Amino acid sequence: MPQEVYHHVFENGLTLLAERMDHVRSAAFNFLIPAGSAYDPADQVGMASVLAEMLTRGAGKRDSRELSLALDNLGLDRDESVGQYHMRLWGSTLSRNLLAGLEIYADIVQRSLLPADELEPVISLSQQDLQALEDEPRQKVMVELRRRHWPMPLGRDRRGTLESLARITSPGLTSHFQKRFTPKGTILSVAGNIEWTALKDQVARHFGDWKGEPAPTLALETALGGVAHIEKETTQTQIALAYASIPFGHPDYYAAQGAVQVLSGGMAARLFTEVREKRGLCYSVYASYQTFKDRAAIVGYAGTTNERAQETLDVTVGELRRLTEGVTADEVQRVQAGLKSSVIMAEESTSARAGALASDWYYLGRVRPIEEVQAAINALSPEKIVDYVKTYPAEKLTLVTLGPKALTSPV
Amino acid sequence: MSFHHHVLPNGLTLIGEVSPSARSAAVGFFVRTGSRDEAEPAVSGVSHFLEHMVFKGTPRRSALEVNRDFDSIGANYNAFTSEENTVFYGAVLPEYLPQAVDILADILRPSLRGDDFDMEKKVIIEEIGMYDDQPGWCLYDHAKKAFFDSHPLGNSVLGSVESITNLTRDQMAGYFERRYVAPNIIVSVAGNFDWSAFVALVEKHCGDWSKGDAPRANVFACQSNPRIETMKKETVTQEHVLLISPAPGGDDPLRHASDVLAMILGDATNSRLYWDLVDPGLAESADVSFHDFQGAGGFFTSYSCDPEDAEEILARIGAIFAEVQKNSVTAEELATAKSKVLSRVVRSSERPMGRMQALGMAWMYLGKYLSVDDELQAFDAVDLAAIRETLDRYPLVKPAIFALGPVAEVRNCFANA
Repeated sequence: MPQEVYHHVFENGLTLLAERMDHVRSAAFNFLIPAGSAYDPADQVGMASVLAEMLTRGAGKRDSRELSLALDNLGLDRDESVGQYHMRLWGSTLSRNLLAGLEIYADIVQRSLLPADELEPVISLSQQDLQALEDEPRQKVMVELRRRHWPMPLGRDRRGTLESLARITSPGLTSHFQKRFTPKGTILSVAGNIEWTALKDQVARHFGDWKGEPAPTLALETALGGVAHIEKETTQTQIALAYASIPFGHPDYYAAQGAVQVLSGGMAARLFTEVREKRGLCYSVYASYQTFKDRAAIVGYAGTTNERAQETLDVTVGELRRLTEGVTADEVQRVQAGLKSSVIMAEESTSARAGALASDWYYLGRVRPIEEVQAAINALSPEKIVDYVKTYPAEKLTLVTLGPKALTSPV
Repeated sequence: MSFHHHVLPNGLTLIGEVSPSARSAAVGFFVRTGSRDEAEPAVSGVSHFLEHMVFKGTPRRSALEVNRDFDSIGANYNAFTSEENTVFYGAVLPEYLPQAVDILADILRPSLRGDDFDMEKKVIIEEIGMYDDQPGWCLYDHAKKAFFDSHPLGNSVLGSVESITNLTRDQMAGYFERRYVAPNIIVSVAGNFDWSAFVALVEKHCGDWSKGDAPRANVFACQSNPRIETMKKETVTQEHVLLISPAPGGDDPLRHASDVLAMILGDATNSRLYWDLVDPGLAESADVSFHDFQGAGGFFTSYSCDPEDAEEILARIGAIFAEVQKNSVTAEELATAKSKVLSRVVRSSERPMGRMQALGMAWMYLGKYLSVDDELQAFDAVDLAAIRETLDRYPLVKPAIFALGPVAEVRNCFANA
């Protein structure tokens, strides 16, 4: 089945991507706007999170209730999330409602009302979100890992602090919105049962007059790295670690993916087998991959009862390092089978495809044809993966633990 | 899409929906057993522990071989245990369906080897520990038990560290023999596959599974149990509160109206609770959901907030529920909720995994097939009369209320509304 992928860059810098999927009845869209937490003013971290919440409290001629009702009457499920570089606005609905939905989103991204009297409740929600993190140890340990592993401002917690949130003002928020919500560097991707010409015309009509400057270049500091422990009386100890990998777009990217899959791709993968199945040390243990344009990391996680935490840490790091000793052909076959399944089954999901289009374009400046991805998966070999892990071994780990007692770090 | 149904001589039920344009095929084995079928507290958690043990090997395969075989066909697979069902499922590219069925059918006759049993016991205890550190979960587990009281739906799915530690391999084997019989299992399949080939496959692998009855005792509605209970836990930062009241069961004609009512009351967007509590920043989250079981159900309302606001929020929810109990919902609210539901039903039907699960559950609870259009029609048919009837038979205004957090006592401000 041939893919139908389209793209167009408007004069104002907005990039529109689309994939027509005629076997579905829905459509999904995805905005990536260069307004992530890394662009928050240094003394008002949390600004992007507050903005994400405020965005849908009225736009254009509709107040908060009218806007919510208009979107719900289109059956448009939606969410906003804040990453480091981007704010992501996602939506999904029946394909016949997509164009009407985009017209409303044109108001949201260009003419959000940001009502001054709603700022205080939204800041209250953001403060509670921060408090709630204390009750979510699995998330908290990851927030702290990112804070240490990535250089500032990439390492920021998008939630900010109670102090930084309290400094946000309505004029400041409006000014931030006007500067950061720009067509330059914004990617709008759509996937589903859509017609390209009608979509392009609708976007031209409603987003064509959008103006703005590109996002500023950020100066990155030096990452903290190292080892930290957060003390808390819990039943399990949380373990989170990270070490350098290569970014999406690097020629050896697929070998890095292969390494992560050998570690954690399925239930016969290394970490699940050695830490959970053979030793019963954890319920949850995994490795994953995080990338920016110029840097990336492999992230490891395990949650384990306190008495066994040291052993869990030692075994997990041992497995990360043992990859340099070799990877079998059977392991690579399983990795290939899993990756191929994911790629093909993603064709069933409009939101998965909308996300993949935007991600490809942001990192690579183009959308990879499915044949290219499949060929790269087929080209994986034990040698390529082992070469990669020898070049980028699990050394110089950033390690954060959370629990009653600190652990002895194997780094 | 075309629907097919067949029952093997041993009582195993096969159902399937073919969708030639799908990229994958999804298959699931639905065993009608869960925590409510655990007759004594001594075996609390056996259904869930057994679910884990199913993956730990058979006469033909070791645990590692099970996992390797699934991974080499690129299967997206897992299992879950609830109060009433244990479901084992996987989605694969169409060419791998025969292997997927081979593996699933094999593991559903597990060896339950002693070494594997002892090792996996540790994993279950780790899982219990993981949930122990999640206040929302602790609250839910405790509240469910207290609300259902002596009704078996109150049984813990995970069990306790004590019950799991003391559980023996033979107790699990006995439970397996009694519950995992062919007439108690439904095999559901959806996506791009050939039905007759599928029937032949399942017949070949499962035709010799034992017959036998696996009756379910104690199927009855649960009573309303209004009260308030506070659990003080100083290591928790926010206050977490859960309100539960009886609702229709899984085969009740009012279940669609219940879903819609719960959405109007407490969906993430545009609901009564959203506008009154979340939008003004009083509660970080507040929602209402409808959970249905065999012969019983519950409306679950939950919120979390700064501890000092817990009582005010409870009072506000009381006022909202009292108003809806009296005046029901508006035609506009109903229309908006239906737009949302329509969109969600269509989207969840686009993946074979979604259809396979829906098919299995519809057969389990209703003994019948519901196409996507049937589902859409059932939601579309919900009118104000149905909502009124739901409120009359399952009033919202006398819930059981449970709180967990740093507050020593949350007073029952709900009733004062």
